[in-house]
Amino acid sequence: MSGRTSGPISGTIVRLGIRSVFGRRRGVLLFLLPLVLIGLSVLVRVLVGEDPNAARDTLYGLGLVVIVPLVSLLATTGVLAPEIDDGSISYLLAKPISRHTIVISKLVVAATCVLLFAALPMLVAGLVLMVDEPPLAVGFALGSLVGGLAYCALFALLSVLTRHAVVVGLIYLLIWEGLLGGLLDGVRWLSITRWAGAITQEVPDDITLVEGLGPGYAVAATAVVIVLGTWLTGQRLRAFNLTGDE
Amino acid sequence: MTTIQLDNVSRWYRNVVAVNDVSMTIGPGVTGLLGPNGAGKSTLIALMSGFLAPSTGTVTLDGEPLWRNEQVYRKIGLVPEREALFDYLTGRQFVMANAELHGLPDPGAAAQAAIALVEMSDAQDRVISTYSKGMRQRIKMASSLVHEPSVLLLDEPFNGMDPRQRIHLMELLRTMGAEGRTVLFSSHILEEVEQVARQIEVVVAGRHAASGDFGAIRRLMTDRPNRFVLRTSDDRRMASALLVDPSVRGARLRSEGGIELEASDFGRFSEVLPQLAREHGVRLLEVTPTDESLESVFAYLVSA
Repeated sequence: MSGRTSGPISGTIVRLGIRSVFGRRRGVLLFLLPLVLIGLSVLVRVLVGEDPNAARDTLYGLGLVVIVPLVSLLATTGVLAPEIDDGSISYLLAKPISRHTIVISKLVVAATCVLLFAALPMLVAGLVLMVDEPPLAVGFALGSLVGGLAYCALFALLSVLTRHAVVVGLIYLLIWEGLLGGLLDGVRWLSITRWAGAITQEVPDDITLVEGLGPGYAVAATAVVIVLGTWLTGQRLRAFNLTGDE
Repeated sequence: MTTIQLDNVSRWYRNVVAVNDVSMTIGPGVTGLLGPNGAGKSTLIALMSGFLAPSTGTVTLDGEPLWRNEQVYRKIGLVPEREALFDYLTGRQFVMANAELHGLPDPGAAAQAAIALVEMSDAQDRVISTYSKGMRQRIKMASSLVHEPSVLLLDEPFNGMDPRQRIHLMELLRTMGAEGRTVLFSSHILEEVEQVARQIEVVVAGRHAASGDFGAIRRLMTDRPNRFVLRTSDDRRMASALLVDPSVRGARLRSEGGIELEASDFGRFSEVLPQLAREHGVRLLEVTPTDESLESVFAYLVSA
C-alpha cells in the first residue's frame, strides 16, 4: 500500500485507520458478529431445513437489522472516534491535506470492514440457508453493502458531532431503526435498514422485505446519506477545535 | 521571515472569556508565552495554529487567515500539550507517517533527520506506548519538525522532561530561532522562558499583560512590592528599625506575634534585613514570603 496521498484517498491514513480499528479490543467484535450470523444460519438450516421464510427472516431480522448496522458502527467509530476523543487527530489535521481526503480515507477502511464483516458473511449465510437460491444470498450481500455504506457515512458524521458516538449510534439503532421502524410504517421513508431491504428484494424473485418503498427511492436516499454524510463530516473536521485543558 | 499577527483577538466559550482583546505579533526568533495555568495560553496557541476560530478579531500568518486554511500547515509545526499519540505505532512509524502526510519527496530520510535532531534514534523502533513522558514529548517534536517548518508552536513543551532533555530542547529551540524560524512556546515558569526566549509575551486571565525583552519583564517581576512575615526575638524593636530603611514600605505588628512587612526594593531589603538585626541585637527566627506565588506575580503585572 502506498503511503502517499493521491486524489481523494491517503494511503497513510488508510494504513493508520486499519491499525486503529484492529489495534483495539473492540476490533474483536468485528470478527465475532459475522461468526454469530453464520453460526445461527447453520443452526436454522439444520433445525428447519432449506426454508425460504426462515432464510428471509434470519437474513433480514438478524443480518440487515442487527449485524450490518453494528459492524458499520464499530468500524466507523473505531476509525474516527478514538482520535477525536483523545485529540490525536490533530496530527492528521495539522497537515496540508483536504479534510474530505481524511474522511474519505477513513471511510474506505470502514467500508472495507462492512464488505468483509457484513456483506461477505451475508453471502455465506444466504448460501448456507438457501444453497439452491444464490440470488437471495447475492441480494442480501448487495443490500448489506449499500446499507452499510450509508450507515458508515451517518456514523462518521456522528463521530465528529459528539464524543459519545457509540452510545448515540446504539440508541439510534435501537429506537429508530429497531423499535419505531417495526411499529410505525412511515419510518421506512427515513430508515437505512428499510432502504437496504428495498434494494435487497430487487435481486431474488418473489420476496418482500419492505412494502411500499420503490428501489429508485431507496437507491437515491442511500446515495444522499452517503454523499451528504461524508461531505458534512469533512466540513465539520475543517472547523475542528483543539484546545488544551484550560 | 514568517510572522503571526493577532489583531484584537477575543475568544469566549459561552459566557467564559478565554482570551480577551489580545493583539500581538510573533516574528522570527524564539518567543515565550508566559502565564499561569488557565491564563489562555493553550487557547492562544490553538488560535495561532488554526485549530480555533477567534470570536472577534483576526489571526493571520503572513497575512493569510489561519482558520479553515489547511495550506498553512506547510509552514507550521505544532507540538500540542495533550499526551495522546498513535500509541500502537513505533516512534519511527509515527514520524514517517507525518512526513508522508506532508507529501515530502523522501519521507524516510526526513523522518530519520527529525528523529536524530531530537535524539530519539535509539528508541525509534520501540512502540510509543512504552515511551516515557519526555520521550513522547521528543517524538512529538520530531513529528512537528519533519517538514522543516518556518513556524514552530509548542504548548508547554518542557512538561515532563528531565533536566538533560530540557537543556537539549532549549538548545534546539535557540538554534531554530537563530536560523530565523518563528518559534513560540508556552510555559508557566519564568525561569524556563527566560533561558530560551529573548521576547516574552505575558498573558494573565486571558489578557495580554506584558510584552517585551525578558530583562524588562524580569525587572517588572522582581521590582514589585514583596510581602513577608518575620518572627524575631523582639518584633517591636525590629519593626521600628526596618521602618527607617527606604526599602521597606510598611510594617505591622501582628496580634498573634510576628511582623507583617511590605518591601518595595527586594534587593536592598534582603541586604539590610540581617544587618539591621545584628545592629539592634535582634535574632531573626523566621522570614517567610507570603505572596511568592506565580499568580501574585502575574496579578502585579496586570495592575502595573
